[in-house]
Amino acid sequence: MTPHATKGAAQYTTHHPRWYRTRVSTYWWLWKWCYLKFVLRELSSIFVAYFVVITLLQIHSLSRGPEAYARFEERMRSPLMIALNAISFLFVVFHTITWFNLAPRAIDARLAGKRVPGILIAGSNYVAWLVISAAVAWFILR
Amino acid sequence: MAETIQLEVTRYSPENDAAPAFQRFEVPYRKDWVVLDALNYIKDRLDGSLSFRWSCRMGICGSCGMMVNGEPKLTCATFLSHYAPGVVRVEPLRYFPVVRDLVIEMTDFMVKLRQVKPWIIRKEEKSIADGEYLQTPQQLDAYKQFSMCINCMLCYAACPVYGLDPLFAGPAAIALAQRYNKDSRDQGAKERMDILSQHEGIWGCTFVGECTEACPKHVDPAGAIQQYKLTAAKEWFKSLLMPWGTK
Amino acid sequence: MAADSPKKILEPFFWTLFSAGGVVAALLMPVHIFLFGLAFPLGWLPNLSHANALALVEHPLVRVYLFVFCSLPLFHWAHRFRYTLYDGLQIKHLNEVITLFCYGGAIIGTVLAGYVLWRIP
Repeated sequence: MTPHATKGAAQYTTHHPRWYRTRVSTYWWLWKWCYLKFVLRELSSIFVAYFVVITLLQIHSLSRGPEAYARFEERMRSPLMIALNAISFLFVVFHTITWFNLAPRAIDARLAGKRVPGILIAGSNYVAWLVISAAVAWFILR
Repeated sequence: MAETIQLEVTRYSPENDAAPAFQRFEVPYRKDWVVLDALNYIKDRLDGSLSFRWSCRMGICGSCGMMVNGEPKLTCATFLSHYAPGVVRVEPLRYFPVVRDLVIEMTDFMVKLRQVKPWIIRKEEKSIADGEYLQTPQQLDAYKQFSMCINCMLCYAACPVYGLDPLFAGPAAIALAQRYNKDSRDQGAKERMDILSQHEGIWGCTFVGECTEACPKHVDPAGAIQQYKLTAAKEWFKSLLMPWGTK
Repeated sequence: MAADSPKKILEPFFWTLFSAGGVVAALLMPVHIFLFGLAFPLGWLPNLSHANALALVEHPLVRVYLFVFCSLPLFHWAHRFRYTLYDGLQIKHLNEVITLFCYGGAIIGTVLAGYVLWRIP
């Protein structure tokens, strides 16, 4: 009667001729705002990977000399790249905010037996973000 | 203020129907009525064949979980006034097979619950003569939130991963595993870890977080699962780097 | 307890990489994209000359920083995208292909990052 978990094999749930099983639509995540927000958060990882690739291309062009670097910079100025980078920036900031807001729930930090308030954990993450971003910016711009 | 309100209720008779369909009922609208009151009115006065589960009608037994306007709710704790004057759509709990009308088949949850061994596991029981297991308020606080679960399965109805992945243990099962793992009297954490961590029981979770939103008892199963993942990861690295340690 | 297929045992490891990559991406990605994707190309801030940029990047500590910056977020993407494909497109039956594509991609990216950073003159 109960479904058995066969290791590694495809999992079939028990069939009962009179139960009705609603099939989960491929678009389940479109029908509720909270699910859509979740999927957008997950898709932000694509933009993270995208900019890693851009960074690698940038460093590679640096190694190849001033002309290659200039060509890279020229491509970065094209409207398509600017638009893509702007969208990536928004998605990555969305990742940062959702990540820091969820962090307190995943960490069971206790001080003298009582749970540390979530806002302290999230808040310290945001502070670290600002400090580190400022440090990186200063290091690059000086 | 309207005197009646419309309810749109899922009907499914396995002997007669190929698929569920909606049926509309008009019930009296009382400001202090909950959806369960409306369903009982339908069963008492309008259509005695309507089938649904309920018991305590005060939000502690966990029997009356259903989808109300697309959200998993305890129908004994959901007021008609919240939806008036619109139509209130009542459907069986999502992601579970439907047996009849609003009644779902919950064996899968019971199997997964049993798998996590939701009881105190001791290597050695204390004898009666040694007295009770003592626990400080701090030790109680470590697991109390997770112990508030009433097994209503609203979190399962909210979790898309449960709907998509048959191997996923589900929010309540993992939260209850954590309830016992964090209990100072329990010594069974490793046993539960072997079951949950190795069988993909917890790794399917992608922290959607809807389970916590749906929970009527503020158990925060999403938090429990993430904490459990952290513990499992730590154990994995420990077993890799220090394989000689056994609990 | 008898171990399952190696893929399931590795799950905690990839989740750890996912978490670490998530932290790195959350802390560092915004400022990098802002500077190199928007501020410099749009002229909001003075750009780095080739010579200055090269001087910045050839320092060994900067190379290590960039390696971490490139590698960990790729593993973050790999784990997250894998589950997005499982749940979003419901193609979990293709899980071997997906796993290979995602983690393989992250590994290739890591190797490429190591190579590119090694080859800085």
